[in-house]
Amino acid sequence: MTLIESASAEPEAWFKLDRDSRTLAVGGAWTISESARLDRELNGLELSGGELAIDGSKISRLDSAGAWLLLRTRRAVEAQGGKVSRFDLPDLYQPLIENLDREQDAEKRKPRLPTGFRGRLYKIGRATIHGYYQGVSILGYLGRVTVETGEAIVAPRHNLRVAAIFHQIEETGINALPIVGLLSFLIGVVLAYQGADQLKQFGTEIFTINLLGVGLLREIGGLITAIIVAGRSGSAFTAHIGTMRVNEEIDAMQTMGLNTVDTLVLPRIIGLVIALPLLTFFADIMGLIGGAMMCYISLDITFPVFLRQLNDAVSVNTLMVGLIKAPVFAFVIALVGCYEGFQVERNAASVGQLTTRSVVEAIFLVIVLDAAFSIMFSVLGI
Amino acid sequence: MAEEKTGTKKKDVVIEVRGLVNGFGSKILHDHIDLNVYRGEVIGVVGGSGSGKSVLLRSIISLIRPKEGVIKVFGQQTGEIEGAQMRKLEMRWGVLFQAGALFSSQTVAENIKVPLREYTSMSEKLMDEIAAMKLTMVGLPPDTADKYPSELSGGMIKRAALARSLALDPELLFLDEPTAGLDPISANQFDELIKQLQKALGLTVFLVTHDIDTLRAVTDRIAVLVNKKLVIGTLAELRKSDDPWIKDYFSGVRGRAALADMEEA
Repeated sequence: MTLIESASAEPEAWFKLDRDSRTLAVGGAWTISESARLDRELNGLELSGGELAIDGSKISRLDSAGAWLLLRTRRAVEAQGGKVSRFDLPDLYQPLIENLDREQDAEKRKPRLPTGFRGRLYKIGRATIHGYYQGVSILGYLGRVTVETGEAIVAPRHNLRVAAIFHQIEETGINALPIVGLLSFLIGVVLAYQGADQLKQFGTEIFTINLLGVGLLREIGGLITAIIVAGRSGSAFTAHIGTMRVNEEIDAMQTMGLNTVDTLVLPRIIGLVIALPLLTFFADIMGLIGGAMMCYISLDITFPVFLRQLNDAVSVNTLMVGLIKAPVFAFVIALVGCYEGFQVERNAASVGQLTTRSVVEAIFLVIVLDAAFSIMFSVLGI
Repeated sequence: MAEEKTGTKKKDVVIEVRGLVNGFGSKILHDHIDLNVYRGEVIGVVGGSGSGKSVLLRSIISLIRPKEGVIKVFGQQTGEIEGAQMRKLEMRWGVLFQAGALFSSQTVAENIKVPLREYTSMSEKLMDEIAAMKLTMVGLPPDTADKYPSELSGGMIKRAALARSLALDPELLFLDEPTAGLDPISANQFDELIKQLQKALGLTVFLVTHDIDTLRAVTDRIAVLVNKKLVIGTLAELRKSDDPWIKDYFSGVRGRAALADMEEA
């Protein structure tokens, strides 16, 4: 039952209530290993009012858990209007009881959260207020970062951290090449295969290339890259800045007069804004290569034919429509990643929570923005 | 049984270290050191920064595997036993880490309940009561129970961590620089607290510290780590030592101030 086994030589803890002489005799080893059992048995004890003597002279061993059970019993008697006339213990354990008996009578603490319906109402209210402040706060942050980014672009300052920007381009761009390349290649393969399968029924397999070209360049290439980067780099931004907050590094920077937007946020935003369009272009090309390979395998369309048909299907405009979205996605991903990093509180769990939130928010915003772009382009007739 | 023995046989050895060698790479920190810690005593371990005080503590509680030597706690050789036996041994000691090491995602009460939940089958209500009792024992107000470690001051974190290390009513308590980073008043209170708890609970305490005031207030014997060896004695004995480091330590400006009224006595 308990994991703690009492030392075999030690006598078990026991108590006996003598109702005639109103004496509670206790003995044996009243230790933490026995406390779970003693707790249950003592709770079943009827201690009505009146006088009670507690005789603990047979106790062979007592620790603070056991002492607490004795004290609790005494208090229970007193709370019912009774009185404890005698409370004997071996001298060895007197200091322990005295130590525990001090100022224990502090009033019962209230639970932090109300329970039941009121608790639920409280939670809804708290979440609403929290959401409101979160919105205001991220808007304020967006404003601050926009102004500082604008300033940095219009009038490049001496304190623009070029080395840090290139480091971020390497981290978020170059190091992401393998995974982005592989995934978009596979997407190209899948797209070509499914398109060919359907279009074959109408004898228009050749339009698989149109589907591939327009689909990849306009939409899918940019979207898949943005989502991979949000998961890969957005989370890294949050975790890095968040851990710096846990270690008080951010506080240290502030006291040294270092602007955290300058040093931490701008290099990430500028780096990603440069890297993501390049990555998107790379993804487009890899996707087309994957598609071309699939076309050759399943439709016997040779590479020169593929290129001629692609040339008819897409223009530079198609590519540009896809690429123009990338810097916006990059800005949003980096902004959310950094913002959530600064929200981290000084505990380990918070880093994990906010990293998750940052990825979810970034992907959500990327898809919403992509939809907004689609509507905008169709209204503009592009 | 063990209890009855303590009455007759005074020198019941709780920690026994024989020929301990510790070091990192080719750097040797401890060169064949021996140490006995007896039941019910408070032993203080001092030494310069980097002399390996914390390493000694960590190798006794087997967080570090020593290069050589035998360490026995409660007669059992750590490093030789494992599994259930090791867990049983671990339950008999409590450790207060230097920075408290409270779990930051849990409230103070939940922190204290972690070992209770792990090792006993207590009801939730009894665990709550025990947690509240431990908080009172270490002198924290009851509303601390629902607070997170990030909401506490440094001194309160130390007290809360002490409450957690006492959760299972250990017989042996390891304290790693308990008063470091506390203001002198809090440090004095903490010394007082340790002394009181040690007396009330009959604890054996292994204390690593820099603080001469703490040494003087709570320890029975002092072990000084100097030149990779341990010099052990009472405060009065050590003050007569010829070793230059020990001399410096106890008769430097800080040492003299802390021990000033001992001269007169």
